[in-house]
Amino acid sequence: MESNRIDQLLVKYLDAETTLKEEALLQDYFQNSNVAPHLEEYRALFGYFAESKTERYTKAIQLNTEQKNLKWLSVAASVVLLFSVYTGYQNNQERKEAQIAFKSTQKAFQLLSKNMNKGTAAMAYLGAYETTTNKIFKQPVK
Amino acid sequence: MTQSEFLNMVMPFKDKVFRFSKRLLVSTEEAEDATQELFLKLWKNREKISSYKNVEAFAMTMTKNYCFDRLKSKQASNLSLVHSNYKETGTSLDKKTNLNDSVSIVHQLIAKLPEQQRMIIQLRDVEQYEYEEIGEMLDLKQTAVRVALSRARKTIKQQLIKQHNYGIK
Repeated sequence: MESNRIDQLLVKYLDAETTLKEEALLQDYFQNSNVAPHLEEYRALFGYFAESKTERYTKAIQLNTEQKNLKWLSVAASVVLLFSVYTGYQNNQERKEAQIAFKSTQKAFQLLSKNMNKGTAAMAYLGAYETTTNKIFKQPVK
Repeated sequence: MTQSEFLNMVMPFKDKVFRFSKRLLVSTEEAEDATQELFLKLWKNREKISSYKNVEAFAMTMTKNYCFDRLKSKQASNLSLVHSNYKETGTSLDKKTNLNDSVSIVHQLIAKLPEQQRMIIQLRDVEQYEYEEIGEMLDLKQTAVRVALSRARKTIKQQLIKQHNYGIK
């Protein structure tokens, strides 16, 4: 294309009066290697536009599904946590009760054995009484 | 509307939404988040969408509003994204622009334009929308769009000539 025509288009371009088609012509011209030397600045400008167009959004668009899953996951997790805390508490309570019961039985057994010891001590006197009576009274001869 | 129907409808302009939000938010990550967020919003409003004549223009308007909100909340929380010291890394475009100095200069010049001019030049020269569509997206009259666009183009041209002459001297 003649550089004369390009000059005209550029004037229109700077006044924002070019159509999209005319801008496409300019774009084409400056993508070429034969750019008139006095238009060198424009090459950078149109080069920038061309490069900008190549930039892409590469990530996948995620709609709400994943967030919903996360929500449910957290609900489930909190339910599990509550349940385990509750059963743990229950277990602990049971163990405490058992310990109390164990202690009171121990006490009861101790009491019993103490009294039993008293009884056997009294029996020892009884034994002594019997030997003395044997000494005093003659035993019938067999 | 099923998910696949919705995706078929929005897929054609997902890159445009992404590039538009990147032009406003500068950072690639921010722009990716904005794009994702925007499509989620559209999906939630899918019943309303079907009544719109031009879904794409509606999506671009939403993108603009969403990005403005993001920028505002950043300023409010004093975590403003400082355009001048924000360095992009790792995207293919930036790697390319680093190789090509003059193109990256244009990139910087456009980043310095006022927000409205930046949006308009993006929508016209990169995305190739009609003036009427741009007016609809940004809630402006066509004449206002043309005036802003002309200003933006002339500013960039003058800056480029300045840089060019500076290079020669």
